[in-house]
Amino acid sequence: MIPEYGHFALILACCLSLVLAVVPMLGVALRRPLWMACARPLAVGQLVFVTISFGCLAAAFLGDDFSVRYVAQNGNSLLPVYYKFSAVWGAHEGSLLLWVLVLAGWTAAVAVFSRELPPVLVARVLAVMGLIAVGFHLFLLLTSNPFERVLPLAPAEGRDLNPLLQDFGLIVHPPLLYMGYVGLSVPFAFAIAALLGGRMDVAWTRWTRPWTNTAWAFLTLGITLGSWWAYYELGWGGWWFWDPVENASFMPWLIATALVHSLAVTEKRGLFRGWTLLLAIFAFGLSLLGTFLVRSGVLTSVHAFASDPTRGVFVLAFLGVVIGGSLLLYGLRAPALRVPASFGWRSREAFVLANNGLLAVITAVILLGTLYPLVADVMGWGKISVGPPYFNSFFAPLALVLALLMGIGALVQWKDSAPAPMARAAGLGALVAVPAAGLLPWLWGSWQWGAAMALGTAAWVAALTVRDLWRKSAFAPDRWQGLRRLRGGYWGMVCAHLGVAVAIAGAGVTASYSAHHEARMQPGDALVVADYEFHFAGVTERAGPNYHAQIGAFDVHRDGRLVAHLEPEKRRYQGGQVMTEAGIDGRLDRDLYVVLGESLDDTAWAVRLHVKPLVRWLWLGGVLIALGAVIAVGDRRYRRSASVRTEVRTEVPANAVGR
Amino acid sequence: MHPLRKRRLLVVVFILVVSSIGVALATYALRQNMNFFYTPSQVAADSVPGDVRIRVGGMVVRGSLTRTPGDLGVNFRLTDGNAELAVRYTGILPDLFGEGEAAVAAGYLRSGRVLEADQVLAKHDENYTPPEVADAMKAGHAARAARAARDTDTDTDTPGSSAP
Repeated sequence: MIPEYGHFALILACCLSLVLAVVPMLGVALRRPLWMACARPLAVGQLVFVTISFGCLAAAFLGDDFSVRYVAQNGNSLLPVYYKFSAVWGAHEGSLLLWVLVLAGWTAAVAVFSRELPPVLVARVLAVMGLIAVGFHLFLLLTSNPFERVLPLAPAEGRDLNPLLQDFGLIVHPPLLYMGYVGLSVPFAFAIAALLGGRMDVAWTRWTRPWTNTAWAFLTLGITLGSWWAYYELGWGGWWFWDPVENASFMPWLIATALVHSLAVTEKRGLFRGWTLLLAIFAFGLSLLGTFLVRSGVLTSVHAFASDPTRGVFVLAFLGVVIGGSLLLYGLRAPALRVPASFGWRSREAFVLANNGLLAVITAVILLGTLYPLVADVMGWGKISVGPPYFNSFFAPLALVLALLMGIGALVQWKDSAPAPMARAAGLGALVAVPAAGLLPWLWGSWQWGAAMALGTAAWVAALTVRDLWRKSAFAPDRWQGLRRLRGGYWGMVCAHLGVAVAIAGAGVTASYSAHHEARMQPGDALVVADYEFHFAGVTERAGPNYHAQIGAFDVHRDGRLVAHLEPEKRRYQGGQVMTEAGIDGRLDRDLYVVLGESLDDTAWAVRLHVKPLVRWLWLGGVLIALGAVIAVGDRRYRRSASVRTEVRTEVPANAVGR
Repeated sequence: MHPLRKRRLLVVVFILVVSSIGVALATYALRQNMNFFYTPSQVAADSVPGDVRIRVGGMVVRGSLTRTPGDLGVNFRLTDGNAELAVRYTGILPDLFGEGEAAVAAGYLRSGRVLEADQVLAKHDENYTPPEVADAMKAGHAARAARAARDTDTDTDTPGSSAP
């Protein structure tokens, strides 16, 4: 009965979301406070029922109920408990249920943490989120019901979770990524509410910013974790493949990054309003596009669970309605929000504008490379794939320019600043960056362009960020007090910008100086890769909970000293699937990475040996960026509701249309 | 012209020029890095250029996988049910690579119609065939069925030749 309860709860949640989408909106139109006020309880109720539904599916997995088709296809009685649980989102239907759960969670969070918001705004925001929920509930119920039964002939055993997904990273990666993806629906809903209401004041930005930052932090963590997972689980030693699905998560991130910065200008100076709204719409639009790309099966990828044309058509239609509708609304209402801009070319506004422009260009280039093969396929121009060199040749230089501008942009003043302090800052930055570019690459034995540019840029960003921190903390009686007096928002920026510097340094160095070697090795053989001597001791066998493993033993020496013992595995799961588990010795300065390939004859094995300097800095950078966003959310000014309220009163609404 | 209008015109022209240069660059880079997908039949029909990186997909022919002793070289053939293509590759094959399974090889076509692959991809899941390969197999089988039908037609036209 449990799966039926889950299905029933899902239908109820769908009905609640329908009411949530309609009644508060009508309440605003007809000025009925009671109708508007039911938005909050409805949002919470939706979360309750989706949670029940999700719990039922989890119970079906934990109880090995293979009469449920989805459980039979992705579960197995021998799976360890934690993988039984994570198998809930191991394939299409369940991951969509997770998506809906996360959406219901965000909606309820907005309902709970929005006590200070005007009731009209709350009603509109929650109704827009309800509307999105309706779309996904219907998608789930009509095309991808996870509770479907296979009766009367239920299989005795499940087909098992794809071994690639039986991993810690996959327990955490989808929920985090979805928190980010779906979290972008909050700024989207705020944007639509602002357009509907025709007003967008300081208070609006103050409420929108923490939500955007939180979603962006989750998205950053999700992408970082995905990259790390691909690195250790796929066994190719790469950390970013410009795979369409990676791009699908990266594009909303880029636009959300632009949004985070544009919102700062909107809050501080009241400018870029239309642009901010447009970014909020596109950030969520791109995350829906990502859903379409991943879920419709048009892509060949690890993430493409199944090809089902009706699903693709549904998401595409939904995408069309959401984006088309929002842009139409934008076209009708945005001119009313326009304010005359006035700022000089050396102002922070100008730098944020450049940042936004570059991020938009990067997104457009990635979008072109991601969608072109699909368009070509549909138009019959042949089956094409776009290689990573296309993406790299654009992304690397544009990202470096972005980082160079970031170093200066973070320290110039609003409106306009004098040329002299800017020149002094640039001088100091160059004083650090040029020697860094000239000398630091020699740490890895040779001087290479790519690494020099990356290290120089990273040093530039780090030097200018620290200098600014130093200057901003100089006004207090002593340094410690000065540092403590700085705002959460500022600390967040410092942390995130340093994260960017760390990630750039890591990417540049690891791309330039990674060494790898594929070879045939017999037990007792030794091979030298980038000063590390890999000794192959042999292969032993061991049985795991639901697989059988062959485990290689490698001792790695450097300068005659043992530095690591690695045990890469080759696992054969019950279904006959074979999986490679890389043996990795990770340190901040380098990773040693060994993959056991195929057994060539009785004793010899094909092996792949990697030495990857600074590769961990990439993910460290990602974590720092996310941490920065979290610190910024903790800024006191987002919690001082009283002062916000006074500002609401003093702020003149841009226009009173639609009220 | 009014100075304000003149400035706006300049801005518009500037944006147009910059964005068209951008689009031109992007399109050029895209064309440089496009890898076309071919079926073994298309390669056999000589419709594939020799000096660009291509991808070929199909099923690995049973019994065609051989290794060069002493290093990591492998040779195998890909089929779409109609024609076969020999592939040479040096390196570790993916986990789910196997005879009778779907695979995609990317590389350059060398003389003697051998694909010198620098990348071999296999399916990543037991129940999953890359859509390109599935399409290629469908087309290949259709081509063979058509050929078989044609052959039987000629057979019926000249009954004497088909007599045992």
